[in-house]
Amino acid sequence: MADGQVMKRAKYKSSVKDPGVPGVLKMTRERLVFMPNDPNSSRKLNVEFRMIKGHKFTKEGSSKQALLNLTQDQGGNYIFEFDSFADRDICREFVAAAIAFHGETGKATSEKPAAPLQDEQLSTAEMEHRIKLLQEDNELQRLHKQFVIGGILTEAEFWATRKKLLDQNDRRRPKQRVALKNEMWSVKPFSDGQSNRVTFNLTPEIIHQIFAEKPAVRQAYLKFVPNKMSEKEFWTKYSRAEYLHSTKNVVAAAAEAAEDEELAVFLKQDDMLANEARRKIRRVDPTLDMEADVGDDYIHLPDRGLIREESKDAIDAQYEPYRRYFSQDLNQHAAVVLQGRVVDVELGDTRSVAEALTRTKQAELANEVSEGNFEKDLSHRISRMTEIEDLQGPRDPAVAPLCIKDPRDYFDSQQANALKALGDAGSGAKTFKCNVSSLEAYGSLREFVSEIRVTGLSEPITNPEVSFKVLSGLTQNISSTKYHLGKNPHESVLDSLPKVTKEDLLHHWTSIQELLKHFWSSYPITTKYLYTKVTRLKDAMSQVYPKLQEIKESVQSDFRHQVSLLVHPMLQALDAAFAHYDADVQKRSAKSGERPNGFV
Amino acid sequence: MTPVASKIYTDDVSLLMVLIDTNPFFWNSINSTLSFSKFLSNVLAFLNSILLLNQLNQIVVIATGYNSCDYIFDSAASQNHNQRAENLLQKLEDFVHKDESLCRDDSVDGPGFSLLSGSLSMALCYIQKVFRSGPLHPRPRILCLHGSPDGPGQYVAIMNAIFSAQRSMVPIDSCIMGAQHSAFLQQASYITGGVYLKPQHLDGLFQYLSTVFATDLHSRSFLQLPKPVGVDFRASCFCHKNTIDMGYICSVCLSIFCKHHKKCSTCGSDFGQPQTQDSSTPDRKRKTSVDK
Repeated sequence: MADGQVMKRAKYKSSVKDPGVPGVLKMTRERLVFMPNDPNSSRKLNVEFRMIKGHKFTKEGSSKQALLNLTQDQGGNYIFEFDSFADRDICREFVAAAIAFHGETGKATSEKPAAPLQDEQLSTAEMEHRIKLLQEDNELQRLHKQFVIGGILTEAEFWATRKKLLDQNDRRRPKQRVALKNEMWSVKPFSDGQSNRVTFNLTPEIIHQIFAEKPAVRQAYLKFVPNKMSEKEFWTKYSRAEYLHSTKNVVAAAAEAAEDEELAVFLKQDDMLANEARRKIRRVDPTLDMEADVGDDYIHLPDRGLIREESKDAIDAQYEPYRRYFSQDLNQHAAVVLQGRVVDVELGDTRSVAEALTRTKQAELANEVSEGNFEKDLSHRISRMTEIEDLQGPRDPAVAPLCIKDPRDYFDSQQANALKALGDAGSGAKTFKCNVSSLEAYGSLREFVSEIRVTGLSEPITNPEVSFKVLSGLTQNISSTKYHLGKNPHESVLDSLPKVTKEDLLHHWTSIQELLKHFWSSYPITTKYLYTKVTRLKDAMSQVYPKLQEIKESVQSDFRHQVSLLVHPMLQALDAAFAHYDADVQKRSAKSGERPNGFV
Repeated sequence: MTPVASKIYTDDVSLLMVLIDTNPFFWNSINSTLSFSKFLSNVLAFLNSILLLNQLNQIVVIATGYNSCDYIFDSAASQNHNQRAENLLQKLEDFVHKDESLCRDDSVDGPGFSLLSGSLSMALCYIQKVFRSGPLHPRPRILCLHGSPDGPGQYVAIMNAIFSAQRSMVPIDSCIMGAQHSAFLQQASYITGGVYLKPQHLDGLFQYLSTVFATDLHSRSFLQLPKPVGVDFRASCFCHKNTIDMGYICSVCLSIFCKHHKKCSTCGSDFGQPQTQDSSTPDRKRKTSVDK
């Protein structure tokens, strides 16, 4: 792809079922050319990438063909079948880049930006990254289309303020990763009913799971292969061990283990697992409250509710290490599956998988050891939980964290100030300004206090009719505020507007911010380039102005007021910019007029 | 306070700090829909009902005077429970007397300003003391029964008190009995999450108090209380204490000025000279507001 063209063997088909014409497909950035092997065939193709709008492809799978389907704007399509999926993927990526490239530059070359700036030399990767960002963010794309394609800002200026976005690593890991399979007995032996052979099928996935669940096997692999035995022998031995376990014949297992040292490793209980379990138990929080409820009462059942395995009595102590307990296996399997994929290695190479897993486990162990704080934390927590109140010292009171408020809150609450203009709906008390001597004022206050001391509280405290009026007034007020601001008191004004208006308003807001950002950053004007830029921006802003007025008029009358409140700050900001521009222009013309005649 | 077994502490135990406006010039200047004595009787009945709601409820009353503020009632101080109202009124009278003796103005035009910042600070100090009294304490809130207009000279102190109340998670409720809205208390209630109310029928004040302001903090999570339609966010400038819409802000400490200054009076940073070549001053920011 770096050299700008791809050449692959392919078959050109007109539909999926068509056997296809074999030939060679050659693709450059500008066009794709298909030459059939048979020079007499008429199925030649020479298509420019400008015409191609999209591409589709079949998924990988052994039974499917490796197809690539290029769709045209007008509806026609070209289907190619490749020999291998790898080929197809290479072509697919190339096609994607070419389509994106043409989609971008097609729009840009149709306009002619007036700015006399050199074109930036962008690398393909950079270009692709930008295209990807635009595709992901709708709003960004809209802004880009409006300004860069509309010729108001150049590409460089647009992206100059968005350096942070571009710097992000675009090779992000996919958000979701495939987890481990939950099947426990994926290694099912396939036994031929006729002969005495049992076949085990081990895929890299299964091997990965085995290594994750059984650290002893992993360790054995690293130790034995390739020194003592080959990989095939190793797995044969392992399969033999599994087979013996599945027969549940402990005596036979012990016998075989005695003979074959390596087999013994697989048959014995896993020491590493036991160590790990012990370590985990030590780390359990002793303050964990495992309160049982009535349903959990198992103490009074015989044998505590567990099913005893009868055969246990007959087993000798010497066979004990060769026993495998189902519950242990199940728990270990569950723990590993829930932990998920710890290692992100290609599953092909068994050795590297084993090593990677070992490394992870070692790192975990090192982390635990270095966390000396753990003990301290634990004791701290224990003392918190079991504290005796009287013996505790004073603790600092809780404080609320600093929170940054949503600016839309502010807009909603400004409604009031508009309504204030309508005047308070009748207040119960009116003040009249008069000059009062302090003696008089204090005197009357004291009188009031002594009055009530004498008369005491009146009965009833309030007139019942007045109370009723108050109560109904309050209820109406509460329900009406809800009516005005929507069912949810946290809903903003914007949500109650019709969708089109809301989107228009938000879009205008972001575009005005973008324009103003570039406008104000161009001052003070020092070069001609800035001057032309400012003129361009000013023209764009004066176009937005009447659009805002239109929006105000287009809404229904109940929303008109709220919309004008929302539009008001935008208009103010634009006005400030215009005023500044005019003042600046005036200054410049005044200055240039001052120059002595000789230099004009 | 005697330590109480934790079983008795339910969710709705509250500590209510009531700040009563006792500005004589204000009470003198209102038309008598609500005289001070009627106001007091409503408030006393309200306080009694709060104490009835829960055995462990606590009330502290602070009087906001013209020249001073003082505590006039604390339900936790052990006293004869049958004589609560009398004690309160006695203390109130003493307070008025003391306030008068501190008065230096011979006459005042209009309703004058009461010392809201002082009483807010006293309330917050009391609340902090309660916080440090032990692991179990009632949930505090502040109720301002206010009528006097906002004193612009107190803007900075009131805003500081409001922010410290927000940080300690103490809501400030306000009930306005004057003729005009109070921008400071609107902001206080908005920022701290309290209720702001300007009653329309002042003779039914008791009904307002018991419906809206008697609710404890736990119940507020599921009760609908009146919300103000909007909040007046205008600030006062630090130099002249005038309420302003547009002004200058120091970019270091965010203090607000109405005119261009050479130096910030709060933090001492120098403001640069405005450049004459182009008309943009680096320190000047325009504060736009939406009203009017």
